[in-house]
Amino acid sequence: MQRRTLLRAGLAATAALAVPPLASPALAASAASRVLRFIPQADLAVLDPVWTTAYVTRNHALMVFDTLFGIDAQYQPQLQMLESAATENNERTWRLVLRPGLKFHDGTAVLARDCVASIGRWGKRDAFGQALLSATDELAAADDRTIVFRLKRPFPLLPAALGKAASSIAAIMPERLAATDPFKQVTEMVGSGPYRFKADERVPGARVVYERFADYVPRADGTAEWIAGPKRAFFDRVEWTVIPDAATAAAAMQNGEADWWEQPTFDLLPLLKGDRHLVLEQLDPTGTPAMMRMNQLFPPFDNPAIRRALFGAVDQGEFMTAVAGTDPTYWRANVGFFPPGSPMASSVGMEVFAGPRDTETVKKEIVAAGYKGERVVLMIATDFPVLQAMGNVGADLLKRCGFNLDVQATDWGTVVQRRAKKDPPDKGGWSVFFTAWSGLDQFNPAGHVGLRGNGLNAWFGWPNAPRLEALREDWFAASTPSLQKKICEEIQRQAFTDVPYIPIGEYLQPTVRRDSLSGMLKGVPLFWNVHRS
Amino acid sequence: MLGYIVRRVLATIPVMGVVALFVFSLLYLAPGDPAAIIAGDQASPEQIALIRASLGLDRPFLVRFGEWAWRIAHGDLGTSIFTNLPVGHMIAQRIEPTLSLMLLTLVVSLLIAVPLGVLAAARQGSLVDRGVMLFAVLGFSTPVFVIGYVLAYVFALRLDWFPVQGYVPLAGGFWPFLRALILPAATLGGIYIALIARITRASMLEVLSQDYIRTARAKGLGRGAVLFVHALKNAAVPIVTVVGLGVALLIGGAVVTESVFAIPGLGRLTVDAILRRDYPVIQGVVLLFSFAYVVINLLVDLLYTVFDPRIRY
Repeated sequence: MQRRTLLRAGLAATAALAVPPLASPALAASAASRVLRFIPQADLAVLDPVWTTAYVTRNHALMVFDTLFGIDAQYQPQLQMLESAATENNERTWRLVLRPGLKFHDGTAVLARDCVASIGRWGKRDAFGQALLSATDELAAADDRTIVFRLKRPFPLLPAALGKAASSIAAIMPERLAATDPFKQVTEMVGSGPYRFKADERVPGARVVYERFADYVPRADGTAEWIAGPKRAFFDRVEWTVIPDAATAAAAMQNGEADWWEQPTFDLLPLLKGDRHLVLEQLDPTGTPAMMRMNQLFPPFDNPAIRRALFGAVDQGEFMTAVAGTDPTYWRANVGFFPPGSPMASSVGMEVFAGPRDTETVKKEIVAAGYKGERVVLMIATDFPVLQAMGNVGADLLKRCGFNLDVQATDWGTVVQRRAKKDPPDKGGWSVFFTAWSGLDQFNPAGHVGLRGNGLNAWFGWPNAPRLEALREDWFAASTPSLQKKICEEIQRQAFTDVPYIPIGEYLQPTVRRDSLSGMLKGVPLFWNVHRS
Repeated sequence: MLGYIVRRVLATIPVMGVVALFVFSLLYLAPGDPAAIIAGDQASPEQIALIRASLGLDRPFLVRFGEWAWRIAHGDLGTSIFTNLPVGHMIAQRIEPTLSLMLLTLVVSLLIAVPLGVLAAARQGSLVDRGVMLFAVLGFSTPVFVIGYVLAYVFALRLDWFPVQGYVPLAGGFWPFLRALILPAATLGGIYIALIARITRASMLEVLSQDYIRTARAKGLGRGAVLFVHALKNAAVPIVTVVGLGVALLIGGAVVTESVFAIPGLGRLTVDAILRRDYPVIQGVVLLFSFAYVVINLLVDLLYTVFDPRIRY
């Protein structure tokens, strides 16, 4: 063989190898069109939606499990697994009747006793669920399809609690699984939702696979909105691929290796916007309100006057620019204790954020309120860019306000451990940290743990605010939306006095998808209704 | 020789014991609480305490270490705190991508680096020598993730020759398997090629100045025979040593490479476990890596006798 012939043969072989191996392109393309390739915000480490409040687990749970009610685009609960829901006895008894033909993924029928056990387990962990169960005298299955709540007092928010999309959802699972201790994890995933979990294909940290549940019966009525209405699954398989590196995830989207990336990082948005095959979309209108949380057990933040004084220095726009960039499409300032646009949001007390920010005046107010130069330990989680950005702006703000600041940059794993310590800041405790939750979690006083004021039993920071607690109880008993809203206005007014935390704005996390996908529903990532055009 | 191997294998037991104690203590002392991470950002302190108790994380150090050591002695690496899956199963799921990546990197690196080092030594001071050394310096000093991003941009995004991310098991076909691994192996190989090329050159230069090389040339042996048969074999001991020590570099590099190319291997498993404080997984993977390193060093020691018959154990 001549050298030139050999070279030619080598080049031809290389070229052949470089061609993607598509033996039957039409067949492969058709199969691929029935698979949705999704990049989730994080690894699905925990499967049990009751055991953790992690959003990625909630998103997984909404595929696998169904709920009795589901909220719609107006945040109103609609019947989902239920055929009917009726009240008796001056709203002290609720009769919930299941739709006929509902099945679990193991082929067994969904019965009322499964629902009773599931609600019982969920209600021991979820704040809204706890409130519901504390108002409940008896929860029982009257027959295979009827669930009966006998209440101590009317609880008009029962459908809202059972149909919420925020963590933890009231997922219905078989009684044998729901009998598990709520503080132990359920790992066998048997639900009655539109997709079944493929345990045999799971690679923790890398891959999660779901298959369309052929026996799922979507509602015949209603409109598909959020988690209400018919859940029609158009994909045979949904494959979640965990890509921890944002640049790699962006490249995978650009290269057509993924269809949908849940949470692109803000710094990569210009790159993604420039790709004509990719579409950026805002799915969650409730946004992600962020907060500066202070430890109220120790000086200086045990002093409400010092906490209140800080309002005059906080520039929410500054925080959010650091988080999401200069494009205000991706953030909102002027955010109170409930997400803007949500049913309970109001402008009560918001004047504290109006007018020019004046750190010099704040500095004087803090001293006048009794600040004696105590060390302020600020924990910044540097492994989450969003939290790091908030922390850096917060550190600068606190320094300018004259605090004796000790910035401790660490990872989120350390922050969540250390913030549980009730020791003084100079003995391993802390003074301030920053975090952000989905707006859904701050929608109302039921799930908004940041607004709790039950002292040592409250969320980290342990605010003692009895008036806030009393108003929360009033809210549960409020019978109409207008009354609920009125109470929330009062809660916000009180929160500006007690300052359980300082709202620092809200960012609006976009999602990115290939232009071939359509039908995505608003809210959290939902895998029904979406299809490939 | 057999006695030496048995002694070395037995010596790994106390070594692994010390590693186990060290890893367990380090994780015990390190800040972080898996219960708080599991419970989620909005969990109350009370709920976190209950989860901690249910996981047995509130028990004393010695009790926990004793239980863990007993299980390890019986070949049980424990259960992941988060996934509730056996650590052995999780490692088994992840070992193929990492082994494939490391083996491909090792083979390709040796095939490239050794000839480059020999060439550079044979033409000491020439442009070829300088070029090889420049490549070695660049390979050694450029961070792995930078090489990874550049390669992915050029060969995956621009030229579309390879995928950006992911892994295809060997069972999925040889070409898809190789295609997914070429860029990660090239990324990881950069530093390894640099290291081996440099040590090969240095070792060869020393050997090439020996009298027996002059004698071989005087006998009229061809250049190739002198370099690869006489010189390279005698220069092999330091090269084999560096190849063995470099496995630690490969392990460290694999962690970054697997993250950049989203390969579901042991490196990513380790990083994820560390970030979550999934103690049983961290302990299992570190023990595995330590064991692998001990075995590789044993193999390196045994290989010395192949390349230099004067070495006896």
